[in-house]
Amino acid sequence: MQQQALKSPQSMRSLLERYRASKFARSTAFLPAVGLFVVVACMIALNSRFLSFGNLENVARQVSINAIISVGMTFAILTGGIDLSVGAVMALAGTITAGLLVSGLNAGLAILAGLGVGALFGAGNGLCIARLGMPPIIVTLASMSIARGLGLIYTNGYPISGLPDWFAFIGRGKVLGIQTPILIMLVVYALAYLLLQRMPIGRYIYAIGGNEEAVRLSGIDSRKYKIIVYLIGGFTAALAGVVLSSRLMSGQPNAGVGFELDAIAAVVLGGTSISGGRGSIIGTLIGAMLLGVLNNGLNLLEVSPYVQNVIKGAIILLAIFISRQRGTASAR
Amino acid sequence: MTETSQTSPEPLLALEGISKSFPGVRALRNVSLSLERGEIHALLGENGAGKSTIIKIMGGIQSQDEGQIFLNGKECHFSSYRDAISAGIGIVFQEFSLIPELDAVDNIFLGREMRNALGFSRKSEMTSIAQGIFERLGVKTRFDVPVARLSVAEQQFVEIGKALSLDVQVLILDEPTATLTPTEAELLFNVMRQLRDQGIGIFFVSHHLEEIFEICDRITVLRDGAHVGVLKTAECTMDHLVERMVGRKIENTFPPKPALHTAERILEAENIRFASNGHPNSFYLRKGEILGFAGLVGSGRTETALALIGALPCPGKTVRIEGREVSMGNPAQALRHGIGILPESRKTEGLILGFSIRDNISINNLPQYTRPIGTIDTAREKRKTQELMSAVRIKAPSDETTVVSLSGGNQQKVVIARWLNRRSKILIFDEPTRGIDVGAKAEIYTLMRNLTAEGYAIIMISSELPEVVGMCDRVAVFSHGVITAVLEGDAISSEEVMRHATASVKKSAVDALSA
Repeated sequence: MQQQALKSPQSMRSLLERYRASKFARSTAFLPAVGLFVVVACMIALNSRFLSFGNLENVARQVSINAIISVGMTFAILTGGIDLSVGAVMALAGTITAGLLVSGLNAGLAILAGLGVGALFGAGNGLCIARLGMPPIIVTLASMSIARGLGLIYTNGYPISGLPDWFAFIGRGKVLGIQTPILIMLVVYALAYLLLQRMPIGRYIYAIGGNEEAVRLSGIDSRKYKIIVYLIGGFTAALAGVVLSSRLMSGQPNAGVGFELDAIAAVVLGGTSISGGRGSIIGTLIGAMLLGVLNNGLNLLEVSPYVQNVIKGAIILLAIFISRQRGTASAR
Repeated sequence: MTETSQTSPEPLLALEGISKSFPGVRALRNVSLSLERGEIHALLGENGAGKSTIIKIMGGIQSQDEGQIFLNGKECHFSSYRDAISAGIGIVFQEFSLIPELDAVDNIFLGREMRNALGFSRKSEMTSIAQGIFERLGVKTRFDVPVARLSVAEQQFVEIGKALSLDVQVLILDEPTATLTPTEAELLFNVMRQLRDQGIGIFFVSHHLEEIFEICDRITVLRDGAHVGVLKTAECTMDHLVERMVGRKIENTFPPKPALHTAERILEAENIRFASNGHPNSFYLRKGEILGFAGLVGSGRTETALALIGALPCPGKTVRIEGREVSMGNPAQALRHGIGILPESRKTEGLILGFSIRDNISINNLPQYTRPIGTIDTAREKRKTQELMSAVRIKAPSDETTVVSLSGGNQQKVVIARWLNRRSKILIFDEPTRGIDVGAKAEIYTLMRNLTAEGYAIIMISSELPEVVGMCDRVAVFSHGVITAVLEGDAISSEEVMRHATASVKKSAVDALSA
């Protein structure tokens, strides 16, 4: 074993490859984890305030909204699709929940209505994509516009405020010492992990991204699973909307502009292949945290937000470059 | 059996000693061809005999590993189709290369539009040239609509017109009649005769022997990538040709056919059609038998199978399984009724290439491994997968090996294994041994017989005649989308299958009525 460890880098690489081959679904999160580790190490070195518990908690809470949206995005991208409507659906669901709460509707029903609208939008996306064979990027571009428009119509363009005090619990409260948004995020990821890695539907989702025709001809109703995928996307976006409304204590019809791009960035940074079939939900969580740590760290370092954009874009490019290098190396 | 010696000192086009290999396959071995001026020369051979490869070499689309090409006695090297065109060789491909949205004139002059000093195209001049070409062809077509709105025959003529506008000396037609009706084919033949009389040399590829006898002066027969003879049409008979085409010794790699004692029909299919105006075919499948779907490429075998399982729409069909009528609107329903398919293209329709053997086998078996709470029992899945792998004898380091790294034979076994755990009673094997080496073929054959012995019934679609003859208990022969004959027992021979597969539509329709 001692000798094993001393062997050339090549045999190290073959060991790594064997590790990769044996757990292909999980291993896509390997590089992103290394990346997160490196970025965190840099931040600690550059700024002593970064490592405080308060700051880390702050990062996690800031990350939670994007992380929740990114769950649905991961599902869509794993099937080889995409969901551009998530940001707008998030805003729509948030305003509907806020509006219903202000109008005095039962709290549970108001939240359910918000989540239901999101799921409905997702299912609509899925139906157009799976049943009518329309391309995901166009369908969700259209539904993005529709959802945004409906949110503005519903609110008349103004934020809805005057929400009941207890509602702040979802976005600002704590359960067992953990901030509620963080807890919600963790629960959503646990469920998504269960679905993707432990249940048949997860296999189908990966397989559809791998080769949809083969899946169809092997007797799996691939269209049904694609509809479910987009439904999940709408649902997680709506959930993020409810959390955001609670955090802001208002329903903002203009919230979440560009959030779909942050979600795509988190998914891709997390090692999921944009063409589908490869990736993991853990990777997405890491990707979202990576973006959050960068945001927070660069703020602490007082880097101008303009420069931050450039840095984030460069890091995404670098990440894709590295993962592609690795991909072509292992594919020979 | 007279082989013509090359009398003319300088043929129009001569290929000498052409060889070409692809990874794992020798597509052409030392093939020589010659084409005279004013000759229609047939290239004949089974699917996979090397006809397409040699056409691509003549057109500069692929380059030969060995051998030379002489045009008018001068050696040529084509590094692209453009080179071949400028040397005077035009090809009308099996799949048209027309741009559907453009009209005939724009298609004919695509890439070499005539322009005036300002760079605008001189449409009227091009149109009059195109009209001249069509007059020369003796056919009429419309120049003012996109070619997508022309009939298939008209599109074919536009393709030919495009080749002629290039002033070709050699015209190569790759199965031009495959999509034509008999009347349209007759029109094409007239054009070919005219071109011949104008001194153009034509290579003509067709699987329909009657057509070859009608129009060709000489015939070159290819088999397994080798040249087996040049014959003068006037000096040979159809039987003779068929024998030449399929004449290889059938290796005894096929397991013995068991006697079928049962006549119990496991599947009855009626009114299966794959195009809304297609011929409705009916057939049945008995328990424990292998029913072959034979015929030429494009004769509708695969489409019929896909229409059966609902992968292609087929309203009005009737499917009975063990006497009970079932609905089969999509492959998922077919799976529930116990029908599984090994698709024609393993890599694009059968397998998820980047995924493991286990993922590929399990894909339609997951409910069996799922615990009541909904999670997959991976230990059980792994155990069962390994059982299935050894049952079909997949050679691989482990069940987690990715299928892309497996040989063709092992890949095919992965797709087979997928169905064995489902108690699917009916399996459709579409070209099960395509691209698989001889040893692995024999293994697949044995596996198929073992399955029928266990009570499975198999429909095998195959373009390889020896395989059809060696494996099938009954053979349904397709021609132009119609089952022209169902052969059984001793009636199954290469010659019989070929005869029915090349039967023209009119005749076959009559046969079907009288049968």
